[in-house]
Amino acid sequence: MDAHASVGHAELEIPYNVHPRPDTGVYNAKLGIWLFLASEVMLFGALFSSLILLRTGADSWPRGYDMLNVPLATFNTFILILSSVTVVMAWSHLRLGNLLKGRIYISVTILCALIFLVNKGFEYSHEFREGRFPKTNNFLAIYFTMTGLHGLHILGGVIVFLYFLGPGAKMWAHDPERYTNRIEVVGLYWHFVDLVWIFLFPILYLM
Amino acid sequence: MGLRRQIRVGSQWMYADEAHRALREALRVMDDEHGEHGGHHQSWIRRYVFSTDHKWIGIQYGFTALCFLLLGFCLMILMRLQLGWPGQPFGVMKLLGATRAPGGILLPEAYNQLGAMHGTIMIFLGIVPLAVGAFGNYLVPLQIGAPDMAFPKLNMASYWCYLPGGLIMLASFLAPGGTAQSGWTSYPPLSVIASQGQTWWLIGMVFLITSSLLGSVNFIVTIVQLRAKGLSYMRFPFFVHAQFVTSFLLLLAFPPLEAAAVLQLMDRVAGTSFFLPSGLVVSGQVLTNAGGGNPLLWQHLFWFLAHPEVYVLILPAMGIVAEIIANGTRKPLWGYKSMVFATVFLGFMSFVVWAHHMFLTGMGTTISAFFQTTTMIISIPSVIILSSLFISLWGGSIRFTTPMLFALAFLPMFGIGGLTGLPLGLAAADIHLHDTYYVIGHFHYVVAPGTIFAMFAGIYYWFPKATGRKLNEFWGRVHFWISFVCINGIFFPMFAQGLAGVSRRLYDGGMQYQHAKQIAAQTNPFMSICAIGLLAAQVPFIFNFFYNAIAAAFGHRDEGLGSNPWGATTMEWAATTSPPLAHGNFEVLPVVYRGPYEYSVPGSEVDFIPQHQPTAIEPAPRGGLLPEKAVAMREN
Repeated sequence: MDAHASVGHAELEIPYNVHPRPDTGVYNAKLGIWLFLASEVMLFGALFSSLILLRTGADSWPRGYDMLNVPLATFNTFILILSSVTVVMAWSHLRLGNLLKGRIYISVTILCALIFLVNKGFEYSHEFREGRFPKTNNFLAIYFTMTGLHGLHILGGVIVFLYFLGPGAKMWAHDPERYTNRIEVVGLYWHFVDLVWIFLFPILYLM
Repeated sequence: MGLRRQIRVGSQWMYADEAHRALREALRVMDDEHGEHGGHHQSWIRRYVFSTDHKWIGIQYGFTALCFLLLGFCLMILMRLQLGWPGQPFGVMKLLGATRAPGGILLPEAYNQLGAMHGTIMIFLGIVPLAVGAFGNYLVPLQIGAPDMAFPKLNMASYWCYLPGGLIMLASFLAPGGTAQSGWTSYPPLSVIASQGQTWWLIGMVFLITSSLLGSVNFIVTIVQLRAKGLSYMRFPFFVHAQFVTSFLLLLAFPPLEAAAVLQLMDRVAGTSFFLPSGLVVSGQVLTNAGGGNPLLWQHLFWFLAHPEVYVLILPAMGIVAEIIANGTRKPLWGYKSMVFATVFLGFMSFVVWAHHMFLTGMGTTISAFFQTTTMIISIPSVIILSSLFISLWGGSIRFTTPMLFALAFLPMFGIGGLTGLPLGLAAADIHLHDTYYVIGHFHYVVAPGTIFAMFAGIYYWFPKATGRKLNEFWGRVHFWISFVCINGIFFPMFAQGLAGVSRRLYDGGMQYQHAKQIAAQTNPFMSICAIGLLAAQVPFIFNFFYNAIAAAFGHRDEGLGSNPWGATTMEWAATTSPPLAHGNFEVLPVVYRGPYEYSVPGSEVDFIPQHQPTAIEPAPRGGLLPEKAVAMREN
């Protein structure tokens, strides 16, 4: 409470910040994140379209399974799916009023994300050692661009989760519902990031 | 006695309007006391620099965007000097430096820089931030009865992405080799092999896209979630609908450009070949890139944004004009519902017309036929909106105030711009007209005497809301009439030039070509003189604007202006003070009881009934208006 009391005066009460508006059924941030995800669909959609256009226009197209590490990427896929489950667990424990378990599951989610990023780092450094760079050919160009952008999204998620694990968790003391909402919203984002990978993995590695 | 609602305040029954007045007075006193003692919780920086108040952010956006508009206009003046009198030295050109204009004579590559940055600045740094960032930010929460935007901090972040984006664009003039010079469309392969300024352009663009993303999410959530009780969608002022659809366009159309910018950045920085075909020869050298890329990919991604972007430029303008016309004619808008549905339809259709910019890329007749058809279809909702606005004038007792003059001028000007677009949307006619001055004339009619006039109308109309002062009417009229004449003098001859086959982007305006020489010599000096006249016409506006803005900043309000000087029905006028309360806009969040444009309701004693007015006004005792009552209502 004390941290917020000092700025509490300056902050305006915005309606439906925490509780859903009856006629729309959502609170503000939930609608906001869905809209943001819609724009993300357009961003990755444009990149997937570019990939299709480049591939259909190319005389020959390298296959991902010939040069990329498919087993490691499969492992990464499962890690990300696991992290999607743990973020839901975190949210449901917070809904039940258990901050400790909520935090444990947030930590597991962060751990999964970091494992994913480290594996990605191994993959990248392997490619570079083999002399395969974005400029080598258009397959590698789109591979590095899309997985790089996806990796940045993962990194962004990790930073947000770390914030909610640490300083952001203070909100639990005075507004647990709002804190739970925040985890729900970042969870929606996290599911989207996973979903992008679910598309990236077969298209870049298996097809 | 008429119908006066009574409410219980504490243990006492009071008339609702008296209670309202007492509450307002109490709040005012509290505010005053607060200001003396404890009102300094917010530091100067939080209040004026990193403000989260949508009104102040709107003003920040507006001021910055107007500065960029003037800058973009000045770049155009330099270009027009060169076009009007090719190769002549001009003193002002020396401002560009010896590398761009040695001895005051503009170099061709510098002309390309001016052209690219004129387009970029006007569209991405001028009009969109002014139409959406400034007008949308300031007015939408007020018009829907909300205390602020749904996410005030994101709103602040949106401005603080826009400003660095703009500054990066400006800084690119200092880059080695100058700023971007591949047109505002940045077509590859030219843009990929261009000098460093293009990289800065792309980075600036990423900032601007982020800014508009944050803004559009905020607008949609605000409109859906924070609209006042009783404000159903069909009670929205038309301006809110326009901003709503615009936000969806920004939200969904900008990300593909962000993707394209990332790909072009990769091409330029990491050496990839997304947009570079194999075996490209530059200055006699074969490029060593991997190749296999596709320059058309950029065009598709770019126009997937940039066609909806055209509607981002025009829809808020239509919204502003609709508000002012309803108010200035003292009539409800004719065909409000069809205007709303037309706007929504326009939004959907704007996503499936983009390739009409690419008829000459050889994409095949089937695809051309498809995009030609969708383009013809999208003209229908525009015509519905424009016709409704025209018919709205019929039988109105029009008040020719300065905002109304600009709004009225918008109608035929946008009409010319829209109708001249039809030949461009037909693939066969476009073969002749593509990339000529006809195209420039067409879209400038839409955006300059169209959108920018609507922006001026909006500034004159809502200036009293933001400051409590009215802009001077006489100088407003001077501003309007000179601008109106000059702007047509610039853009109308462009149609003739284009039909005669004069290409755009020519450094000398076409003097080097036999077929273009004659018409270029006949029209270009006249157009350039008109451009200078247009610049001169902005001087009274700039003085008018700053004189009144500064006076307002020092607390000088127009006495007797009241909070609703135009007698408007919408809540930003009728339910708040001028300027509205710094915190939360309204003393009490309003409840909406009626549609947006209840002007001249038969039987009503005043000619407007605000949206939040609960009960029908009692009929006048012996017919006719009671002027003092009307004035009293406006004061409220």
